[in-house]
Amino acid sequence: MLDLTTKETVERKALRINPAKTCQPIGAMYAALGVHGCLPHSHGSQGCCSYHRMQLTRNYKEPVMASTSAFTEGASVFGGGANLKTAVKNIFELYAPEIIAVHTTCLSETIGDDLKTIISQVQSDVPAGKYVIHANTPSYVGSHVTGFSNMVKGFVSYLSVNSGHKNGKVNILPGFIDPGDMRELKRILSVMKIDNILFPDTSGVLDAPMTGTFEMYPLGGTKVMDIIDAGNSKLSIALGTYSAEAAAIELEKKCKVPMKTLSTPIGIEATDRLISELALITHKAVPCSIEEERGQLVDLMLDSQGYFSGKKVAIYGDPDIVAGLTEFVISLGMIPKFIISGTPGETFTREINAILTTNEVEGAVVKSAADLFELHQWIKNEPVDLLMGNTHGKYIARAEDLPFVRVGFPILDRYAHQYFPIVGYKGAIRLIEMMSNAILDKIDRTCAEEDFELVM
Amino acid sequence: MEAKLLKEREDSVCYNSKNKDKKMKCDGNSVAGSVSQRACVYAGARVVLNPITDAFHLVHGPIGCAAYTWDIRGSLSSESENYRNSYSTDIREKDVIFGGEKKLAAAIDEIVAAHSPKVIFVYSTCIVGVIGDDIEAVCRATEKKYDIRAIPVKAPGFSGNKAVGYRAACNALLSLMGENDSPKVKGINILGDFNLAGEMWIIKNYFKRIGIKVVARITGDSTTDEIKKAPTANLNIVQCAGSMHYLANQMTEKFGIPYINVSFLGLEDIKASLSNIAELTKNEEIIQKTKELILTEEKKIEEILSYYKKRLSGKKVAIYVGGGFKAISLIKQFRELGMETVMVGTQTGKEEDYDIIKEITRVGTVILDDTNPAELEKFILEKKADILVGGVKERPLAYKLGIAFCDHNHERKHALAGFEGAVNFAKEVDLTINSPVWKLL
Repeated sequence: MLDLTTKETVERKALRINPAKTCQPIGAMYAALGVHGCLPHSHGSQGCCSYHRMQLTRNYKEPVMASTSAFTEGASVFGGGANLKTAVKNIFELYAPEIIAVHTTCLSETIGDDLKTIISQVQSDVPAGKYVIHANTPSYVGSHVTGFSNMVKGFVSYLSVNSGHKNGKVNILPGFIDPGDMRELKRILSVMKIDNILFPDTSGVLDAPMTGTFEMYPLGGTKVMDIIDAGNSKLSIALGTYSAEAAAIELEKKCKVPMKTLSTPIGIEATDRLISELALITHKAVPCSIEEERGQLVDLMLDSQGYFSGKKVAIYGDPDIVAGLTEFVISLGMIPKFIISGTPGETFTREINAILTTNEVEGAVVKSAADLFELHQWIKNEPVDLLMGNTHGKYIARAEDLPFVRVGFPILDRYAHQYFPIVGYKGAIRLIEMMSNAILDKIDRTCAEEDFELVM
Repeated sequence: MEAKLLKEREDSVCYNSKNKDKKMKCDGNSVAGSVSQRACVYAGARVVLNPITDAFHLVHGPIGCAAYTWDIRGSLSSESENYRNSYSTDIREKDVIFGGEKKLAAAIDEIVAAHSPKVIFVYSTCIVGVIGDDIEAVCRATEKKYDIRAIPVKAPGFSGNKAVGYRAACNALLSLMGENDSPKVKGINILGDFNLAGEMWIIKNYFKRIGIKVVARITGDSTTDEIKKAPTANLNIVQCAGSMHYLANQMTEKFGIPYINVSFLGLEDIKASLSNIAELTKNEEIIQKTKELILTEEKKIEEILSYYKKRLSGKKVAIYVGGGFKAISLIKQFRELGMETVMVGTQTGKEEDYDIIKEITRVGTVILDDTNPAELEKFILEKKADILVGGVKERPLAYKLGIAFCDHNHERKHALAGFEGAVNFAKEVDLTINSPVWKLL
């Protein structure tokens, strides 16, 4: 198949080949799954809901529950209000969630359904103490990352309240990361004894244990009352400009909670920045166990540096994740050569270029709204030593025989990734393990017999 | 949580009472607010056409529709791998406001400039249906401008259910076949096998052995040239009836090709299908060779199948699959393994399918159309099923309920059709039912 990828690059203006992104609603669905007792609801054709559930199931190997407005031609002509009304009634009757999180689709956006009005009209069918909220997630704007961000912001807009009673907590907006990452952030916060509200939180939902019973609403997820209470926190920390910042800005606007945006804590430097920020909040020294993890990471970086130094890397994926990976590979002595995101927006190129300039890295190609076909063409013209990104890169890795590290969303062809972090010092240690394994496996597999070594 | 049934769902769920007058409510739209397991019109069209390996499948819509269908079907190819790339127009807000026809035409130009295609299928999606892009006009203009086929596949997601998408795909196939009035040859078309895990290769090999020529495979492992030849066959055999009945009927009308229903799942259906096809040729040599093939193949797997039968006999099965025909085959196939079906449902089964299901299952068997996780849970527990057969979304649900699972959809990793498929099937069912992990629960 990959023979089709020609070495000669032709500029494309209209055609997208092999995307490095998908559409908003799936990000919204993922975010909503990180709220306890929440049923995500797709306001559109039944196919959208089905596709998102399928893709998330393939990624996390977990049941993914979400409902649909099941648009027909009638709804597309007369509006989907009636469908949503029926849906809300049926959902509370049959599935009894705490909250329904509605996201729109390209269809309901284009026909102009006014969700705010429709939701205000269905309140009589909402049982006491339960909620219906929504986020606008047009599929033709931004990407799945935008959809995630919009949904988290939607929760804040509908729920968070400044009651005038400070709760002394810190809001942590983790951005679009995996359950294992959210678990790791909670561990770090707990070690540092920081009272927090982390949301959304898909740990305990999309990495739920096998118990022999099916839970429509697993134990995990941020509680609705905590999202309400987030309006009383002393600070919001957003981890990532693309996937986390919007909700923190909304909290500041709506509830006067001060905010700070940091990078997604991938790699040593970004994690350092998060830990220093958290230490500032506690007014205490960083706990020994965290210092120890950092020390282990530095130790490992030294041990393995010979295999990373001077190696060229191609990284693709979601902006916040790619930014973290770029900074990290530089700290390992590698050369980020191609850095792309499928998600559109100049913030990405600005952020990456800032990292490159600070670290005096030259000659890198940085592009947002890019796709994997062009990335492959670039690699054909200038080979790299390592490829990092989601499952879809496996075609490139196979065609060019590249060491390949699966990181980001989606990962459809490997197991257990949802249990482990890539964030924090522990996450960086795991990344080094994956990266060095990929590089060393290739050396073992391809080197001449006389070069084959026992100790590496 | 106590599972309940929605009032709207009452006519789509029943316990088999062998009452022939009470018909199943099916083939409709999902109830708003349900956690439906169903897909859309576009999904139906895409799964049927995507296995055509050398075609360019261009999705005119926002990126999601292209992203979620990018190489997920599991259909294998013996030649071109082009169909495993994802082409789309990635519609943006500007296109929604000003119309996307220009972008579509430009995308086609870019495909033509770089890849010299022979055939491009252009799929419309929800939004294209709403903003009113005329993809037919763009396709016509393309064919005029370049010497290629550009075939519109009208598949806005909201315009019905998956079955409507099947029909859109079949219309696209008919368009590709054109007005072929070449003389007929002695040979068959295989309709409704998508070469998942190489199943088409197994079936085609049987026909080679018994001396029947396969003219076109629709659509597993086929090429656009192969499909163009389909009108010259003198018989259509239809496997996935849900997606292909319409095409078979159209081909009878247009090209005078009769069709028969077949199934290569389970020994009973495989043997009956091969024999029926052989009989229709009225060729003694073919009939004889078919008998020999059945004898040889059955003998080869006898011992291993009886091994699995011993391990599986008495287990109870819940089935939830796409089409009615597959469900019917599976019920029979499980019976061959000594397993009884206690619950059976489909996404797109027809009234006739449900009538047959009622006939071949026992009184009390739960039968459901377009079900949801709440109902699946309720009936799996109530009927104490040991295994669920389904697709990707059902797998983790089954596991969480503590029962075994077999993927009979896109994610099957071993061929399940034909005699060797019957062994693979028994092996997979055994692997999951008798997994050592269950002891650890």
